[in-house]
Amino acid sequence: MTALPEATEMVDPVPGAAAPHLPPERGVDTVQLLTPEGDRVEHPDYPLDISDEELRGLYRDLVLVRRWDAEATALQRQGELGIWASLLGQEAAQVGAGRALAEGDMAFPTYREHGVAWTRGVDPLHVMSLFRGVDNGGWDPVATRFNLYTIVIGSQCLHATGYAMGVQRDGSEDAVLAFLGDGATSQGEVNEAMIFAASFSAPVVFFCQNNQYAISVPLERQTRVPLYQRATGFGFPGVRVDGNDVLAVLAVTRAALAAAREGQGPTFIEAFTYRMGAHTTSDDPTRYRLASELEEWKLRDPIARLKAHLSRSGVADAQFFDAVEAEADELAVRIRRGTVEMPDPAPAGMFDHVYAEQTPYLAAQKAEFEAYHASFEGGHQ
Amino acid sequence: MTTETLTIGKALNLGLRKAMEDDAKVVLMGEDIGKLGGVFRITDGLQKDFGEARVVDTPLAEAGILGTAAGLAMRGYRPVCEIQFDGFVFPAYNQIVTQVAKIHARSQGTMPMPIVIRIPMGGGIGAVEHHSESPEAYFAHTAGLKVVAVSNPVDAYWGIQQAIASPDPIVFLEPKRRYWEKAEVDLDATPDPLFASRVVRGGDDVTVLAYGPMVKTALQAAAAAAEEGRSLEVIDLRTVSPLDLDPVVESVRRTGRCVVVHEAPTSLGLGAEIAARITETCFHSLESPVLRVGGYDTPYPPSKLEEEYLPDLDRVLDAVDRSMGF
Repeated sequence: MTALPEATEMVDPVPGAAAPHLPPERGVDTVQLLTPEGDRVEHPDYPLDISDEELRGLYRDLVLVRRWDAEATALQRQGELGIWASLLGQEAAQVGAGRALAEGDMAFPTYREHGVAWTRGVDPLHVMSLFRGVDNGGWDPVATRFNLYTIVIGSQCLHATGYAMGVQRDGSEDAVLAFLGDGATSQGEVNEAMIFAASFSAPVVFFCQNNQYAISVPLERQTRVPLYQRATGFGFPGVRVDGNDVLAVLAVTRAALAAAREGQGPTFIEAFTYRMGAHTTSDDPTRYRLASELEEWKLRDPIARLKAHLSRSGVADAQFFDAVEAEADELAVRIRRGTVEMPDPAPAGMFDHVYAEQTPYLAAQKAEFEAYHASFEGGHQ
Repeated sequence: MTTETLTIGKALNLGLRKAMEDDAKVVLMGEDIGKLGGVFRITDGLQKDFGEARVVDTPLAEAGILGTAAGLAMRGYRPVCEIQFDGFVFPAYNQIVTQVAKIHARSQGTMPMPIVIRIPMGGGIGAVEHHSESPEAYFAHTAGLKVVAVSNPVDAYWGIQQAIASPDPIVFLEPKRRYWEKAEVDLDATPDPLFASRVVRGGDDVTVLAYGPMVKTALQAAAAAAEEGRSLEVIDLRTVSPLDLDPVVESVRRTGRCVVVHEAPTSLGLGAEIAARITETCFHSLESPVLRVGGYDTPYPPSKLEEEYLPDLDRVLDAVDRSMGF
């Protein structure tokens, strides 16, 4: 056996500077219907017929969701939440995708999809309870057609695909929307989900919010090609959309869901966006990204551009904007009060839903637990 | 009364067929389970009769099988997943442990996971690496899963139907080297509950516990011991999680001695948990420590060595001797 050469110095296998995480130029394989300056533009493949009322509704969604997010970050800082995963900067991607869903469609979120939760009618307090440590998400995933947050990266993409396979067997016209991030595209399970979805032509759309970082690791460590181009290899369409343009996201997602409904199988959507905040409240992005990058992205703020468009086109006036602000303040008060006053869960409740049919052993363990607590004077909280 | 002589493999096949006839939501998924009928032919003929939507040859990806099964369950289906060999379940381990096992609890009961994960378990067939393992402890350690191990055609026929009808996810372990063993199966009988152990041979001197492929080994040991005048009580545990130890406790209080047999590595195997629980419940009845006979704490060896690795009649009798001589 030949000895390996003795290394004298470790060689960097991929030398070179990090790519700038800026949006591609408009028109370069990226669907945009609203410029960062708020100008409405057309795209030949994605016409969008939208009423003034819907436009105002989208603006309201974006503002309320951002206000919720800001309140949650503040509550975490004050010790009222264990952690918070901020969606700051990704509001348009989430609201646009969520509003593209039909009532019967099912969504499979990651842990950052508060904006989608909002569009599904999930009570924000049922999301807050997860981050406060009261439960694993307090909403009913069947009734809301919004799955519980999946925290293991990418695992929900397989659930979405399997659910879509069930939709096929039902002969239903429901479609399924799977959320994932740029980091998740490296996961084996995500790739398996796309293979299964393609193989069975399942009515599922993979909606990837490329926010440029998987916690600290930049996009170029996950991929050598633009993410939307991966779809070609799986055998279905991939499309990149300006993720900070709520109108483009809405149009592109609607079209992909319609194609799924019609039996054309999956689509991969890369919503090109930027996580303007930290990964979570435990993160410090100043250690791995440049302040100048954030400044560039602030110019592409998803809310500012829609506001500019609404003002300029006369769809909304100052009175409307003020009313939305007031509603946002009320929402924040409700979220704050509801979070702070949220009762802790009943301790013995942890035994209750482990199984649909409780086992005798676990029932006995629960009884012992309750007896132990009851043995303290006045009970034990 | 309709009685048929069936192998374990055929009993499973008939049980699956019956479950599919009884419930249109039952969907079989796995690798090579369609036209081929599975590498052990357990699903033989089912795709032909039930169609490709209900007997699904999946892409070759175990995590994909279990993950899409979870999604199908969310949509109201009852997936039955075949893992081709025990050692190939690990690519699906994440989905089983972090998702399938936890979704019911995570959703506070709104999303049941009625999934059966069929795994041919254990050694003794002269196979290459990864085809002879006993992974039950990994799953028994995970809250939210139930784990059963059948040892005979009767339990195979009824057990697979009971597992499919259960609202909880069940790892269903099949004794692959015993697939071809036969017994009479009464197809009209009222089956024993799925999560119950069973005394399969009465005795007074030592209680021997086994499940899956080791039940036969334990019975052989009991027959040999009888020739030497020793009376072994053999209990087929049948369910690994939850354990049903009531018949075991009753037995050990009578015999005062207990030997647990499994193919899986001994350290931190089911025998360890059983020994602890017997010590907790039968301490004053015990005449000797609970002994374990299991695989060694090595990777499953190349097949020329597997007879050395696997518990056999002699090793069980050796443990019985040590128990009696304590």
